[in-house]
Amino acid sequence: MALLDIESLVVEYHTTKGRTKAVDRVSLSMEKGHTLGLVGESGCGKSTLGLSTLRLVPPPGKIASGKITLGETDVINCSDEEMRRIRGKQIGYIFQDPMTSLNPVKKIGAHFVEMIHTHEPGVSDQDALKRGKDVLERLGILPERIDDFPHQFSGGMRQRVMIGLALALGPDLLIADEPTTSLDVIVEAQIIELLKELKKSLKLTLILITHNIGIVAETADRVAVMYAGRLAELGETDDLFEKPMHPYTQALLNSVPNITKKGQVLSWIPGAPPDLAEPPPGCLYHPRCPHAFDRCTKEEPPLMKHNGTYVACHLYDKR
Amino acid sequence: MSLRSYVITRILLTIPMIILLLTFVFLIVRILPGDPASLHFEKQVDPQLLQQFKHQLGLDKPIPVQFVDYLVGLFRGDFGKSMQDFSPVSQQIFSAFPATLELAIWATMWMMSIGIVLGVQASRHYNSAQDHSIRVFGTASYAIPVFFLGEVMIMIFAIYLHWFPAGDRIYPGMTPVGLTFGDFHFATGLFVIDSILEGNVQKLLMSIRYLLLPSLTLGLVLCGIFIRLTRGNMLETSQLDFVTAARARGLRERTVVYGYALRNAFLPILTMMGLQFAALLAGAVLTETTFSWPGLGRFLVDRISFRDYTAIQGVVVFFGILVAVVSLAVDILYAYLDPRIRF
Amino acid sequence: MENERPRGRILVQFLPSLTGLTRRGLAGWAILIGFVIVAAMAIMTIISPWISPYNPIGINVGPILSPPSRAYPLGTNHLGQDMLSRVYSGGTVMFEVAILSVIVCIVIGVPIGLFASYTGGYTDKATSLVMDSIYAFPGLVLAIAIAAMLGPGVVNMALSIAVVYVPSYFRIIRSQVLTIKELPYVEAAHMMGANSRNTLFSYILPNVIPSIVAVATINFADAILTSAGLTFVGLGLPVSTPDWGWDLTYGRRLLTSGAWWVIAFPGLMVVLLALGFTLMGEGLSELFNPRLQK
Repeated sequence: MALLDIESLVVEYHTTKGRTKAVDRVSLSMEKGHTLGLVGESGCGKSTLGLSTLRLVPPPGKIASGKITLGETDVINCSDEEMRRIRGKQIGYIFQDPMTSLNPVKKIGAHFVEMIHTHEPGVSDQDALKRGKDVLERLGILPERIDDFPHQFSGGMRQRVMIGLALALGPDLLIADEPTTSLDVIVEAQIIELLKELKKSLKLTLILITHNIGIVAETADRVAVMYAGRLAELGETDDLFEKPMHPYTQALLNSVPNITKKGQVLSWIPGAPPDLAEPPPGCLYHPRCPHAFDRCTKEEPPLMKHNGTYVACHLYDKR
Repeated sequence: MSLRSYVITRILLTIPMIILLLTFVFLIVRILPGDPASLHFEKQVDPQLLQQFKHQLGLDKPIPVQFVDYLVGLFRGDFGKSMQDFSPVSQQIFSAFPATLELAIWATMWMMSIGIVLGVQASRHYNSAQDHSIRVFGTASYAIPVFFLGEVMIMIFAIYLHWFPAGDRIYPGMTPVGLTFGDFHFATGLFVIDSILEGNVQKLLMSIRYLLLPSLTLGLVLCGIFIRLTRGNMLETSQLDFVTAARARGLRERTVVYGYALRNAFLPILTMMGLQFAALLAGAVLTETTFSWPGLGRFLVDRISFRDYTAIQGVVVFFGILVAVVSLAVDILYAYLDPRIRF
Repeated sequence: MENERPRGRILVQFLPSLTGLTRRGLAGWAILIGFVIVAAMAIMTIISPWISPYNPIGINVGPILSPPSRAYPLGTNHLGQDMLSRVYSGGTVMFEVAILSVIVCIVIGVPIGLFASYTGGYTDKATSLVMDSIYAFPGLVLAIAIAAMLGPGVVNMALSIAVVYVPSYFRIIRSQVLTIKELPYVEAAHMMGANSRNTLFSYILPNVIPSIVAVATINFADAILTSAGLTFVGLGLPVSTPDWGWDLTYGRRLLTSGAWWVIAFPGLMVVLLALGFTLMGEGLSELFNPRLQK
């Protein structure tokens, strides 16, 4: 049975310009132990999708329709108290900016103690602190630093602290939302290595949300590509990188410099992501797609399976 | 930097500021055209009498000497002598101070509670009619001269409705005496506390009745900034990442709102309170005059009408030191609550 | 090489035309409404000699303490003076004091602010210390001390108020100068050989002007309230001048006799005028330093 099952999720933002669909009928399912890379440009809805699993979509956003099932629980319709219990304990979430995700006036130890106490009230302060120290040590931070404040850590270490907090209660699912975007390249590599190692040793199920397609290549089993709130392509990592099907995926891969490809000409995707308040008709990508044809401007391509990969593109729709 | 070294550094910084202030007041009273002694007398005075008068107050010494005397005197708690009867000004300052203190405390309570409650209300109903009217009130309340509002309050609540007295601090003879135990006597000068210590309910109710209009007036005029500050901070902090991150860890909503959002929003409110203290004292001067409240403010205004310049100097200096001490205390409290600025 | 003249350009960028204000949101409306109020009251004060039914300082032009009536629409006070006439002309002193004090503040505060913060070093530190000390002090109390020593009079009141508010100008200019000093285009100007004085006037000053305007507007509001306060404690002008502050001061003693009209109308005028300036000031600050609003 799948650990996490998202069915046709629609998340809308109610703005002064009207209702925009940040996530439009996206379906995903995660098996235990698998890693999914969720990629796309900024604003494509991947963060919103991640936050929806915790029902933490910030207002004016709202989950409009669809279903999210975690194990046996209906995440969208369960009570607030049940949701609260899931957060942190069954799902761990890592936020993008570690600088602003930690409470600046609380010591790191206090973060751990508070969290452990909320979910496991019987645990003593000392035990909770000890667990926190163990977690820090595992992540490569000196355990004495548990008495420090967030601003006393560097960016990379703060992110480790965040990872530690997310994993402290041993959740089954870990969602990392742009975990390395605010870090420099070297620290980024360290964090990714750390995530890989944790994934193996803790048998984590991981959703890695990022716009950096490179880090997804070495960590994910499957990759989902999102564009303007919709799924463009979803398939095994190797397949996707070797033979990308959706024109958007192809363009994405072509725009990443590859040190092994000789004589590669760096390309970019012309145009800009669509204004979701006034989306173009038919396929949302067609204004920027080099292969667009008549049908693309009229009909929205459904997500269909083609050679083991799901893709939403009329090029592969032989009907 | 630990809290202790921050405190020491801060105190060391405050001292030059206080000295600067003292110098400034000293200069104002002496350098500006007209010699304070002769200005005191409306008509021409016999030069010999004037000389005697000056001598009594130490105003005949050369200015640098006067300055040293002045500073040394302040260090020992001597705020000068009144021109009216040569009595030490410090005596009257310290007897009038509790009244102003009580007024200030209650005004602060009104100011903060009205400000915070309205601010939170406005932030929770963002962009509604309620939000807009509260914001307008916040801006407009500052434009109302406190003595005008006081007069209006007296007009409506004291004269027309007879709910509250129109002035003074207490009915003659009803002054709370505080704690008495045989020969032992303890009173704070704050009537509400003293009547509780005395155990006299009638005096307690009366103290509150007299205190209500003046403190409410002062609090209303100053609450505007707190409304806007609370509203702005609550709007910001409830959307901040660490609040969402806290929710993502499964913390209870109550913990999130009070332990995370409000706690971080509160610090700027606290600083603002320290900054507003000066405005509070200034407002107190006018409020006390309007309500005939026997505090430092009314004492100051009193001395003005008597052209008692040495007393005026003493009171102004006292105000200055008071403000400096209070802002020091607020800074230290802030450093205690927010570890970020110590480092 | 052609010398760029950013002065005019920056000024044009920052001076919004009145009609365009309504399109600038809430802040624009605040400025507009504030301006209308202030302008209306200024005009009223200026034409008061022609529209006042009676001499505002004439004693016994009517019965003593009569409530608002046909003949005396706003009533009369304890000296038999017509309140309507006093309301029309009562703003004269306040306007004079406010304008004078703002001018003095700008003339003194702006150069000091520019010079001290641009020079930096000990000059900056020493001046900042002095300014901070004054700024921290309760404004009215300091004004009282100065006014008490100087004596009554429009100029003296204006001076007292000016001293209290100079630090506000200093601070805002200083913070602006410190920011602008570090901006790349100022550095670029230096590299092209602009000397200090040139930089100061051509680059920094035009950028600082919007903030000065915003502070000055709020300064007007404070000046009005402070001058009313000074009058209230007895440091204002001689009784004969028509002044809303005086009406509020004397009116206090008349409260017990129920003569509400003596304080109500002048008080309302002061509130309106201060409100007008406050709205303008807040709107201008918002426009020039927009706070991130959700």
